[in-house]
Amino acid sequence: MEKKWIYADNAATTKLSAEVLADMMPYLTEIYGNPSSLYEIGTYAQKAVETAREKIAECINAHPREIYFTSGGSESDNWAIKGMARALKKKGKNHIITTAFEHHAVLHTCQALKREGFEITLLDVHENGIVRADELEKAIKDTTALVSIMYANNEIGTVQPIEELGAVCKKHNVIFHTDAVQAVGHLPIDVQKQNIDMLSMTAHKLHGPKGCGALYIRKGIRPQIYIDGGSQERGMRAGTENVAGIVGLASALQRSLVDREERNSRMTVLRNRLIDELLTIEKSRLNGDRNHRLPNNINMCFEGIEGEALLLRLDLKGICASSGSACTSGSLDPSHVLLALGLPHEIAHGSLRLSLGEDITEEDVDYIAQSVKEVVQTLRQMSPVWEKIKNSEK
Amino acid sequence: MAYSEKVLDHFANPRNVGELENADGIGEVGNARCGDIMKMYIKVDNDTITDVKFKTFGCGAAIATSSMATEMIKGKSINDALNLTNTAVMEALDGLPPVKVHCSVLAEQAIKSALSDYYTKQGIDPEPIVGKISHDDEV
Repeated sequence: MEKKWIYADNAATTKLSAEVLADMMPYLTEIYGNPSSLYEIGTYAQKAVETAREKIAECINAHPREIYFTSGGSESDNWAIKGMARALKKKGKNHIITTAFEHHAVLHTCQALKREGFEITLLDVHENGIVRADELEKAIKDTTALVSIMYANNEIGTVQPIEELGAVCKKHNVIFHTDAVQAVGHLPIDVQKQNIDMLSMTAHKLHGPKGCGALYIRKGIRPQIYIDGGSQERGMRAGTENVAGIVGLASALQRSLVDREERNSRMTVLRNRLIDELLTIEKSRLNGDRNHRLPNNINMCFEGIEGEALLLRLDLKGICASSGSACTSGSLDPSHVLLALGLPHEIAHGSLRLSLGEDITEEDVDYIAQSVKEVVQTLRQMSPVWEKIKNSEK
Repeated sequence: MAYSEKVLDHFANPRNVGELENADGIGEVGNARCGDIMKMYIKVDNDTITDVKFKTFGCGAAIATSSMATEMIKGKSINDALNLTNTAVMEALDGLPPVKVHCSVLAEQAIKSALSDYYTKQGIDPEPIVGKISHDDEV
């Protein structure tokens, strides 16, 4: 088997597209003016920022005045949750509902608010990694300030019933925020239809540049100011705009919508082919719902082996992937996402996430499957627990 | 997080992997919950460790430290094996990232655990010689 080089970690970040870079280039070179300046290269930059805002708004069915540029997903999440919670605390609302398997940008933000006296409810994500709207409804109280539920999970790729969850929040007059960092570009977004009040996105997950994202804030909703200073972003988030990044975000988002469905169908076929192949490995399992998941996400556990060792060996075969094992996070606990699904620690340690890119071929997928099979077998041969697991009933 | 060339070499081509039939001592440390288990088998002849094999469930560093530790005691006296420290294993691997230091501790403990089993099989109380074995890697 000839060694290849396959990047299968697109949920971590993606390659900047050449077209997006070309759109950004003028703003990294000739048009370097500050958008707040009055002369020509300043007004050109300002115009580029506003055009980008319009394009992004159009992509998610929002108004341009509802789009605020940030440094990325983590900042958008922090602003949405802290900004909204603190603003509503004055009105006696001190309860936040989120889920057990959010990204740390949401979970750690909620933990920080807990230390400020907020009450946090973590919804169960069940064995399939999907939140239930009726359980959300039961969790809402008079004091609930905000609900924050991710659109698609970053590790297991499960897609949440966003429209249903949004409808529950609307019915109870509670603000609904969604971290859509993994969903944008793959899944349809319509903030009106889906009753989304705030939405976080970032450019680098959709072949845009790192360091630029946006937060959609529905008109009439007023979180606290996030960065005090100049009047950028309508006075809500000060700082000279990352003009090239903003142009890149708009360009990447627009391009991601072209042929989205066709691309998704093609990816889904390849994803399923890989899942089926990997499931032929004994004592393996797919984590998260098989159908309600991102078209490029595969997350599996292989019993008796450890995830980091698996990644290192795949790297030797030219495959870039990721794992929810403790050893890749620097702590002793494996992924909180896998634990939230109810997986025991020892199984969660042996996880593998593959997030395919659009340019993946059937041949690549078969190479990945073959490589994973070989690596799992090699590691199991040197695992002192494998024999016991292999002979166990379950 | 970057591993040294030596760690990667011992991870990719681990030495002494396997089990020993009729081993004179078998040690096992760590637990699956924390993601590391090392099992070590030794053959002893006249105070010399004539053969050693290991099986490890764990990360790259756990596999590499197991491999290096077995190399460092093979053909050596029991006394040399008892004196092998985790620091020596780490140095032999040109260092480990800070979060992986516990893997080298586990390798040291795995050897001590195998020697402890050896003494027990000889009818000798191992604790005064080998000391207490830490079976957990949370040290």
